[in-house]
Amino acid sequence: MNSPKLNPAPPHQLPSQVVKDDEPILVAAARAGDISAFETLVGRYERKIFRLTQNITQNREDAEDAMQEAFLKAYEHLSNFQGNSRFYTWLVRIAVNQALMKLRKRRPGVVSLDEEIDTGEDTMPRDVEDWGPSPEQRYEQSELGSILSKVIGELDPPFRVVFQLRDIEELSTEETAEALGLSVPAVKSRLLRARLKLRQGLNQYFRRGKES
Amino acid sequence: MKCKQIVKELADYLDEALDPTLRESIELHLEKCKDCRLVVDTTKQTIQIYCNSEPAPLPQTTRQRLHEALAKHLRRARA
Ligand SMILES: [Zn+2]
Repeated sequence: MNSPKLNPAPPHQLPSQVVKDDEPILVAAARAGDISAFETLVGRYERKIFRLTQNITQNREDAEDAMQEAFLKAYEHLSNFQGNSRFYTWLVRIAVNQALMKLRKRRPGVVSLDEEIDTGEDTMPRDVEDWGPSPEQRYEQSELGSILSKVIGELDPPFRVVFQLRDIEELSTEETAEALGLSVPAVKSRLLRARLKLRQGLNQYFRRGKES
Repeated sequence: MKCKQIVKELADYLDEALDPTLRESIELHLEKCKDCRLVVDTTKQTIQIYCNSEPAPLPQTTRQRLHEALAKHLRRARA
């Protein structure tokens, strides 16, 4: 079948607020040994990287260690960083690897991430209700944060990690597949399952009529 | 088109990665089917809410430990 594909840029992929114009300069300076330039980069991304390692490991101590190791590894291997990808994407991939190592160590029985898994049948979701506009604004920032991490924590790791990379860190489907050693179709089917499960989980908080 | 097929194509539909013909028949179904419309809307909202959420600041001790580790290793790496 030769159906033409539209540009696959997802509609929610806004121009990232993460990248600032001075990033290439900071990276170059850090590469040349400027420690304070590297610390500026760390300060810029530490929150996001910690959320990433926490969402993957679901363990505070592991998340801290994985974040630390990721930044140290990034500094150590800065000379390998090719300027043709975003520094942040490169950093995310390092952090994911560190976090996955922690997860596997703590939960060796956990289904391996690159294994073929049955994503289940795509059935019509339950709990189909209207959320109204901006349902998240019904919650305080910190309360919303705990709802989001609680609901994502209930996903099995193979689904959680794919959603994290693709929809939170905004890697492309191909970058996500490459980072996790998965095929593109495997990423797609896990992503669908993850999105539907999260939708289901959030429904209890966001459905219209629910008093917060 | 059946509701089940909408669910199957949902990810590509949300990512705007469908060919126009398929997209059109999905939109036709959505006009008529309230349940599917709600599924599409709330799934879209789910992605947006996660994508737009601000990460919390690092806990004080976490941040301190990170910067101590950096200070120690970076200076050594440079030396
Ligand atoms: Zn339907």
